[in-house]
Amino acid sequence: MPVNYYIFLALALFCIGVIGVLTRRNAIIIFMCIELMLNAANLLLVAFSKLQTQTSNLATAGSDAQIFVFFIMVVAAAEVSVGLAIIVMMYRNTHSVDVNFLNRLKN
Amino acid sequence: MSVTEILFWFLSVLALGSAIMVVASKSPVHSILFLILTFFAISGHYILLNAQFLAIVNIIVYAGAIMVLFLFVVMLMNLNAESEPPQKNKYLLYGGTIAGASLLLVLVAALKQSATGGMIETNNGSTGLIENLGKLLFTDYVFPFEISSVLFLSAMIGAVVISKREG
Repeated sequence: MPVNYYIFLALALFCIGVIGVLTRRNAIIIFMCIELMLNAANLLLVAFSKLQTQTSNLATAGSDAQIFVFFIMVVAAAEVSVGLAIIVMMYRNTHSVDVNFLNRLKN
Repeated sequence: MSVTEILFWFLSVLALGSAIMVVASKSPVHSILFLILTFFAISGHYILLNAQFLAIVNIIVYAGAIMVLFLFVVMLMNLNAESEPPQKNKYLLYGGTIAGASLLLVLVAALKQSATGGMIETNNGSTGLIENLGKLLFTDYVFPFEISSVLFLSAMIGAVVISKREG
């Protein structure tokens, strides 16, 4: 497959995530769309690592990108745990996960 | 069309379809399940690109741990399709969709004329094998590896501190 197909697939997934963050009101769904965007970036990195392996003489040329994807997953896991703790705390205080409602609380 | 091409198109359609269903679904539990399906499709893409370690880690960490955490939280709050806050502002719905679609259009148009075209042959090369990745992780990248343990420790402490009850 040409690498352009992978670029378009990752872009489409990323933009679906952007649409989800902009249009949904549930805080948990917004968080899930952020994970979708992270995964789109991961897919793009792995595709480029494969391209780098092929166009180089070294057999393990593109491994840096795959290590980077591994660390992105590490950071995403830590971020999800803290973010969900925040959402649970806000639900405990206000009994709502609606971002419009939570936005009005700042006044 | 070879088998890998058919697999690529099938996995792409599956990933895009379930991603759209994540955004468009009314019930949060359905959104979580569609996101798990998206992660499985992306792991299939990783296997096609011979990134075996990342495919398995993606399934274990993302679909197995993070999504289960989301499901716990949704079940804890007892969210279902009726208690879902609807987006009554039609302008925001259309505006958000048009903004995302125009972002896609701009990025695709910018990259269409780029000279990065190169064919990726699937299922060969020794980059994604766990032995090579493990060697690299423990020699060149051992410092970020140890720092990520500190990151996890701080995330754990942060999550516990945030959700402690008063008194």
